[in-house]
Amino acid sequence: MDNSWREKFRTKAMGAITKRATFGNDIDLSDFVDPGSMPGTIADDVKKKSLEVGVDVSQIKSGTYFQLDHSVLLSQLASKIKGLELMPTDVALDKYEWLRDYYWKAVSVEQDKYTAMAELKQTKGYFIRSAPFEKIEQPVQACLYIETDGVLQAPHNLIIAEEGSVLNIITGCTIGNRAKKAAHLGISEFYVKKNATLIFTMIHSWADETYIRPRTAAIVEEGGTFISNYILIKPVRDIQSYPTAYLTGRKAKAKFSTIMYVSKDSIVDQGNRIYLMEEGTSGESSFKVVATGSAKVWSRGQMFGQAKDTKGHLECRGLMLCPTATITAIPELIAEHSETELSHEAAIGKLKEEELYYLMARGIAPDQAVGVLVKGFLDPGLPGLPENLQAEIRDRLSLLDISSGSGKREC
Amino acid sequence: MLLEVKDLHVSVEGKELLKGVDLSVGNKEIIAVMGHNASGKTTLALTLMGFPQYKVTSGEVVFEGRDVTYQTIDERARLGIALAFQAPPAIRGIKLGDIISLAGGVNPWTPKPGDDIELAKKMLERVDLDPSLYATREVNVGFSGGERKRSELAQIFAMRPKLMILDEPDSGVDIDSLKVVGNSLKDYFENNDCSIIIITHHRYILEYLKPNKVHVMSGGRVVISGSYDDLVERIESIGYDQLIKEETANG
Repeated sequence: MDNSWREKFRTKAMGAITKRATFGNDIDLSDFVDPGSMPGTIADDVKKKSLEVGVDVSQIKSGTYFQLDHSVLLSQLASKIKGLELMPTDVALDKYEWLRDYYWKAVSVEQDKYTAMAELKQTKGYFIRSAPFEKIEQPVQACLYIETDGVLQAPHNLIIAEEGSVLNIITGCTIGNRAKKAAHLGISEFYVKKNATLIFTMIHSWADETYIRPRTAAIVEEGGTFISNYILIKPVRDIQSYPTAYLTGRKAKAKFSTIMYVSKDSIVDQGNRIYLMEEGTSGESSFKVVATGSAKVWSRGQMFGQAKDTKGHLECRGLMLCPTATITAIPELIAEHSETELSHEAAIGKLKEEELYYLMARGIAPDQAVGVLVKGFLDPGLPGLPENLQAEIRDRLSLLDISSGSGKREC
Repeated sequence: MLLEVKDLHVSVEGKELLKGVDLSVGNKEIIAVMGHNASGKTTLALTLMGFPQYKVTSGEVVFEGRDVTYQTIDERARLGIALAFQAPPAIRGIKLGDIISLAGGVNPWTPKPGDDIELAKKMLERVDLDPSLYATREVNVGFSGGERKRSELAQIFAMRPKLMILDEPDSGVDIDSLKVVGNSLKDYFENNDCSIIIITHHRYILEYLKPNKVHVMSGGRVVISGSYDDLVERIESIGYDQLIKEETANG
């Protein structure tokens, strides 16, 4: 395998290896280990856990990718599927020389120490591509699973929706019961070609001592649509991410929806950034955040209006369940053209007593009533997802405590 | 006696709103409570349901022989008291079908074996709301006056209450909805072992639910009590003020 073409990236990465990120706490990555590869089959407890993040490995659907620590345990397309490719990124980069042009194009390798580390320690990741004008109805499922305590997982994902195609991906990232402390630096680069639609739903379910630094960007060409849904339910040590969409072609669209239930002493710094670079582009970012326990949440948004007839909206709704939690909403509108229209709305508050009492008047105990209201507040209604998939995601979320209506305020 | 309210005094933020209310409801009885706006009718309803803002400063509420004066809202609901709100809140994200199931003790997301998963559908049909349209609507969001009142009834019917407190089930309701509300209440009352306290300004709904007794409230007290035949027609013709004057003059 000739990897000399990657030397330039490695050199840049070496130069950025101590570069702190703009946001979030600085994480000492030297604490984490490389467990080596562990080929094998997917154990039953791993299957069960991945089901909680929306990945059902018993069904291939259009295609399924399963990575445990650094090992790809499954990368398989449905038998009759046409116009879809799925394989580990390293395999794809060997197979297609042209793919090198997409590698570290949307995300800069020298962005910070996490991108640098991801290049130097890259551990697989997936390549998914829909062929021109193919409509892939069933979602591609991908699971990035951490099994070993102390592991640093750094997959690099490359996703291309070719011209006029439709591609739907659900990625679940989670951690097994045996791992406690771990780090996940996932790089995801999305390329949405002319008039293509890419719907990407990511569900995160981590543990108390996991450090997460995803680095994500999408380049959307003329008439293309990028829809990105992010769901975080379980406690985590520390997440910081700021996915970015560059709308480089006329009438391109991006929509980010973020749903987070942040509990215990989790630290979550999550943002969405959209560059409206060409005429007629539009972007939306919506956050729904519940903060409980002593969680600290930052909800950021940046909308850059850089061309004629562009439109962007940022929205953040926060629900505070405990006096010891904090939510900081930081929406930024940056108008760089006279004919851009940008807006934001942010509202943070507590549960409405009136609604709580109303449910209690139906015989529902206070704790359950809180759970029901929180579920109602977060209820996905994710844009761009077909109803059967919505229902499926709701079902998966129901496996978690809050959605079954037994939520606790943890105050 | 199903419910006994004895010399009930209630304050909200230090202001006394109920100044000694006495009331009793027997089994299978319908009691109508009428009176001016701000006479204390809704305060009475919300106090009976246990809303914590309504502080009982003296007196007691006894339900089935048990003092419930300091029980919480949900405890009273589980004992068999149900309130149809005059102005229920709209709650985004919660489906009407789900809240009806929860009211009937069925968790719609994780039902247990033996749970009636058709409960919401049946209750909606009872109040003439098409389940295929309304079960998935968000609770009261964008509902008309009539739809809200019918949604209230579907929820409290699911609870199979022993005592229904209906706070103006007929206000802000068009004639078609009024018929549905009246008929569904009449049907429920006739076929279930329950009693009703109905707060209303109008005779129309009382033609469906003929009360055994009518109380008129004024200034936080029950000032006149009598039969339907004695009082309701006079209220409609001469109004509360004149009625109270005449009754006071007659001692």
